[in-house]
Amino acid sequence: MDWSPMLISLKTASVSIIITFFIGILAAKSVVGMKSDKVRIVIDGLLTLPLVLPPTVLGFFILLILGVKRPLGKFLLDFFSVKIVFSWTATVIAAVVVSFPLMYRSARGAFEQVDKNLIMAGRTLGMSERKIFWRVTMPLALPGIASGGVLAFARALGEFGATAMVAGNIANKTRTLPLAIYAEVAAGNMEGSYGYVAVVVIISFVVLSLMNYFTIKGSKYNNKDELK
Amino acid sequence: MSLEVSIKKKFKGFSLDVNFRTNGEYLGILGASGSGKSLTLKCIAGVETPDEGRIVLNNKVLYDSKKNVNIIPQNRNIGYMFQNYALFPNMTAEENIGVGLKLSKREKKIKTNELMKLFRLEGMSYKYPAQLSGGQQQRVALARIIAYEPDVLLLDEPFSALDSQLKSELHTDFLDLLKLYNGEVLIVTHSKDEVYRFSENLALIEKGTITGFGKTKEIFEKPRTLSEAKMTGCKNISKCIITDNKIYCSDWGIALETKNIPENCNYIGIPSNNFEIVNEEGINTFECKLVNVIEEINEYTIVIENNNGSKTKPIYFNINKEVWDNTKIKDKLHIKINDFYILR
Repeated sequence: MDWSPMLISLKTASVSIIITFFIGILAAKSVVGMKSDKVRIVIDGLLTLPLVLPPTVLGFFILLILGVKRPLGKFLLDFFSVKIVFSWTATVIAAVVVSFPLMYRSARGAFEQVDKNLIMAGRTLGMSERKIFWRVTMPLALPGIASGGVLAFARALGEFGATAMVAGNIANKTRTLPLAIYAEVAAGNMEGSYGYVAVVVIISFVVLSLMNYFTIKGSKYNNKDELK
Repeated sequence: MSLEVSIKKKFKGFSLDVNFRTNGEYLGILGASGSGKSLTLKCIAGVETPDEGRIVLNNKVLYDSKKNVNIIPQNRNIGYMFQNYALFPNMTAEENIGVGLKLSKREKKIKTNELMKLFRLEGMSYKYPAQLSGGQQQRVALARIIAYEPDVLLLDEPFSALDSQLKSELHTDFLDLLKLYNGEVLIVTHSKDEVYRFSENLALIEKGTITGFGKTKEIFEKPRTLSEAKMTGCKNISKCIITDNKIYCSDWGIALETKNIPENCNYIGIPSNNFEIVNEEGINTFECKLVNVIEEINEYTIVIENNNGSKTKPIYFNINKEVWDNTKIKDKLHIKINDFYILR
């Protein structure tokens, strides 16, 4: 069995989750803090869109922006000699775009579940907004954020459609686990994909178990026995 | 010490419009749930913003819509005790108390320990709110606010999160602890007992407006308006028509006599303990038929109706159990009304 798809996949998922994690939280924090309901609905819709759009459509949009004949892609190529499409970076971009809504929505839900009275109490106690965020909102939202992160990681690991469109299926370069499985099966070699399939199933299961663990841990502060 | 509040805020189907002023004595705000009590406190604390109006605390303007003043809650120096105490669940009791203090670590430790002793929370330093009893949580919440040395204390239903059994025990306790703080105190509640115990002055709030204001004791002893009578728990209220020195209570079909009838009064209220069973006719005495007897813990609630044949509203009164058990004729009663309120 060729191990390179596994390494590429893990590398892609790991790098993309770091990016997704931060921009997801940032986006969630901004959306939760929005005063106008109308603006919030529109922005939330746009940020969640990648969750429901077919990955091929996402791939299409990424190509539209970063394709070598498009302004941004051309600019990067001309001035920095960087070609993003069909490179490893493209697998990361595809994974980020696809996994972002999961991170964003989990974080948003987690922030919204923090009791508004606690935030108000913090304000009347003279705590700055920054301090309230780091000492109250974040710790209380952390279990939800963590499970969102795990979910986004799993999604990034399983990304296929957008990756295939923007990064191609180049062995040892952009061939991730899902692409390797596809390539093996397409070549009529079912047996060759067994190992890859097993790895994907195992990782996904571990990830879901981790998510449950975070959810259970999240109720710690409301559970007397757990604290003793 | 003074607090002046005059604010308006509109919502769909509800509008808040309150005006009042305090002078350093404890003020109780009594109202049903959804009457706008908490919202008023939140506006004072600055965590909600009114649409228009003015809030002045000790000559410091906190909010003025005309002058575009709206001081952020962090700079208002107002202590707000939330309905469910709003203790931070991820912080220990000690961390909760010290969280708003802008002191060095060492000074903070000294101050929180001092407060924990004062509020009888020794040994609770490292416990999380979920591990504390309701009474302890309440004390942590109060200590946390007092630590911050606010100019005014706003208490939002301080007892609603506690079991009713605990409540009366904790009332006296809480009042003692409250004395540790010398400043303005506003207490919002739906409980008559609590305002009576805690506040010298009373504001009544109904559907977002203040419908009564005055000395707590006076309002409870002699309500002057329909709303005061209702909110202080007067059970029997009727429309009335006043002619000379007679008051005809149209809901009950009876006429009462009294001297010194104030002007412009349209209602009459009779507290349920102002009745007496007598043997003969006399002034303000009526023949009634018995409708129902409800046994309470310490007394009976007797439901009666006027016996003149026409359909009238029932009257409720309370009577000592022994007296009622020794009353021989119960189906036809002569009831004397000893005192009543004439209401605007």
